[in-house]
Amino acid sequence: MSNPVLSIRNLRIALPEGADREFAVDDVSYDLNKGEILCIVGESGSGKSMSANAMMGLLPDLVRPVGGEIMFDGIDLLTLSENQLMDLRGRRIAMIFQEPMSALNPLMRIEDQIAEVFEAHNLLSPKERSARALELLKEVGIPDPEKAMRAYPFQLSGGQRQRVMIAMALALEPEILIADEPTTALDVTTQAQILELIRELQKKHGMAVMFITHDFGVVAEIADRVAVMQYGRIVEAGTADEVLDNPSHDYTKKLIAAIPTLATDQAVAGIDKAPVLEVEGLCKTYVTGGGFLGRNPRVVKAVQNVSFTLAEGETLGIVGESGSGKSSVGRCLVRLMEPDEGMVRLGGHDMAKLKGEALREARKSIQMIFQDPYASLNPRSKIGRIIAEGPMAHGVSKGEAYANAERLLELVGLDASAIDRYPHEFSGGQRQRIGIARALALEPRVIIADEAVSALDVSIQAQVLDLLAELKERLNLALIFITHDLRVAAQICDRIAVMQKGEVVELGPAYDIFNNPKSGYTRSLIEAIPGREKDLAAVTVG
Amino acid sequence: MKDFWKRYSRNRGAVIGLVILAIVVVVAILAPLVFPQSPWRMVQRPFLPPLSMDQYPLGTDALGRDVMAGLAYGAQVSLLVGLVSTVAALLIGIPIGALAGYFGGWADDALMRFTEFFQTVPSFALAIVLVAIFQPSIYSIIAAIAIVSWPPVARLVRGEVLSLRSREYVEAAILSGQKSGTIIMRQVLPNTISPIIVLASLMVATAILLESSLSFLGLGDPNMMSWGYMIGAARTVIRQAWWLSFFPGVAILLTVLALNLIGEGLNDALNPRLARKGK
Repeated sequence: MSNPVLSIRNLRIALPEGADREFAVDDVSYDLNKGEILCIVGESGSGKSMSANAMMGLLPDLVRPVGGEIMFDGIDLLTLSENQLMDLRGRRIAMIFQEPMSALNPLMRIEDQIAEVFEAHNLLSPKERSARALELLKEVGIPDPEKAMRAYPFQLSGGQRQRVMIAMALALEPEILIADEPTTALDVTTQAQILELIRELQKKHGMAVMFITHDFGVVAEIADRVAVMQYGRIVEAGTADEVLDNPSHDYTKKLIAAIPTLATDQAVAGIDKAPVLEVEGLCKTYVTGGGFLGRNPRVVKAVQNVSFTLAEGETLGIVGESGSGKSSVGRCLVRLMEPDEGMVRLGGHDMAKLKGEALREARKSIQMIFQDPYASLNPRSKIGRIIAEGPMAHGVSKGEAYANAERLLELVGLDASAIDRYPHEFSGGQRQRIGIARALALEPRVIIADEAVSALDVSIQAQVLDLLAELKERLNLALIFITHDLRVAAQICDRIAVMQKGEVVELGPAYDIFNNPKSGYTRSLIEAIPGREKDLAAVTVG
Repeated sequence: MKDFWKRYSRNRGAVIGLVILAIVVVVAILAPLVFPQSPWRMVQRPFLPPLSMDQYPLGTDALGRDVMAGLAYGAQVSLLVGLVSTVAALLIGIPIGALAGYFGGWADDALMRFTEFFQTVPSFALAIVLVAIFQPSIYSIIAAIAIVSWPPVARLVRGEVLSLRSREYVEAAILSGQKSGTIIMRQVLPNTISPIIVLASLMVATAILLESSLSFLGLGDPNMMSWGYMIGAARTVIRQAWWLSFFPGVAILLTVLALNLIGEGLNDALNPRLARKGK
């Protein structure tokens, strides 16, 4: 504990004028010790990535450090010139990023990209470089490393690309590895593997790792020490066990309390009620490409023979990793995507067969909440208009529709005066509330929430989930909740359908899915949830 | 709006462009007041050099007409042709682009092949042919310029609409039961306005150049004095009377330059995220 490789003292980074606060990072001090993993945790806008960026000289143009120092091996990194930094970067301090696809050069073979790291520092001969590249790929556990050497980034999966990034970062045996949200873009099972890999390599090479994340589950999984940031300040720091089990600061407590737990209720709502929605044998196949003369077209079976029912007042979760077809199911139900086969019975109609005016009418009873709170509201429309448009299209008078919009805004916990404002005046969580109000405006019986809380910070996420649960109760809605996050699913869903490669591999009450999974795939998903052990401990103790 | 001006005025060139354009507009409006007589009227002996008589500071042309009056009336023609033909081109291009982009499929194919038909013909040659067929007049010139300059508008709008129509708010509008027409008018087109305004400002400049070129070739409206006509008429005497082609040339240059600067400034102001760094 006594020999920090890096110590940051009173670091202060100024934001350009007109930003929402003066300093991105305000009087921050911490040490990074040899052979430990330090997690910097915070919600979006907390300034958690800023100190790492300052260290690497990667701050945006108008953002600059105005005070403090970053001491590494006796030198203050903030005083170094670009050339001196260049020598340090990669060789002694390496970094991996969130999105491995955009961090790799798409037109370069993996072998050349790794060799480039040596080339940049004028090390080794070309032959040695390629031998070393192969060694590194073996070390990070890429399947078939010889083949991966010759591959381009697009031929690898997300997890494999992140492994390549890690191999590049390790190439020159750095003393410090900075990992900025390295698993956020990955599926949960891949995330578990990458976390394990980082942990293992850190031990083997004795590196210090600075791990920046928003996810407390990941923290529980990997951290030795934790620093929690809010509004550019460190509000709490300590060992992982201290901070997670016994948080002292209110903000940390709030954040940890906001994480959905995996404990599920055994009672299942709506099991004895009549189904509002019946889906039978839904299929959707994409055929793309085929190239010249249509040979070898790429066929993707996005949805294969999916059947389920949804009872009044019930929440059905559809969970799966990316590419499992979970969103395609939702889009087929509302016909934003045309299903190839199957039946969607809703209120006496088969949604899958309706056309034109009849479809327009039937869609009133099935509405959708979207993922991205920034893309789901028209930036040039006022909130009132956004909510009232639907009812007005169905012949409700303008006055009535606007009065109703005010009522809905209050229902979702916003002020009725929001009606005259534009979307950009609201935060992500507030926008998502507006999206919910819009979905409710047509008084639907079924609402499909497609990753509706995935883009939100954990504390906001908890509020929106509570709101959804409350509204569902009050308005007797049936909810289809599509998510990749099993924790969220555990909190809100009565029943869960697990999807893999377009098929439903398991469908049952949430309690059974989590406590007694039948399919091997479901089991592997649940085992991969970060921070699961901590969670279970908490459940048994309290 | 205040924000918009702040971002716009950060581009110094754009402000200069706006000032030049304002001067041209004022000259065009005041032309009939300052020069109550027709610019075609002979007022002095021919080939009077600039600054030789106080009353005619820019001199007179081969038939003794006042060059200054010609420039002022020419500004009217240039601005009128530039603005009206651009508006006409937008009225053709925006609906075609929006329909092609929104509906896709065969509608897109048909409309885009139609657009390409116009794009593959050299625009200036097509304009000459059109004006020649319909007899040179201010109307036929405006029509010809509009007909040759709408394809880029259609392509731009189509591209924007293609990317906008897969946005979640458009999908939400579809689900809430709005009809396609309403969705295009209310959800999609308002969000394409910024690039259209920028393109339009540049199209006005191109239209002024096209009109000048047509007039230079003698295809201008015979009843209206225009900068292109003045240069065209003076080309045979360019060595004896340089000022006859020089001043209208400078007028065209400054106006077109001003419009380009304004277009660039609008681009910075309307697309702040795309604005170049370091300003």
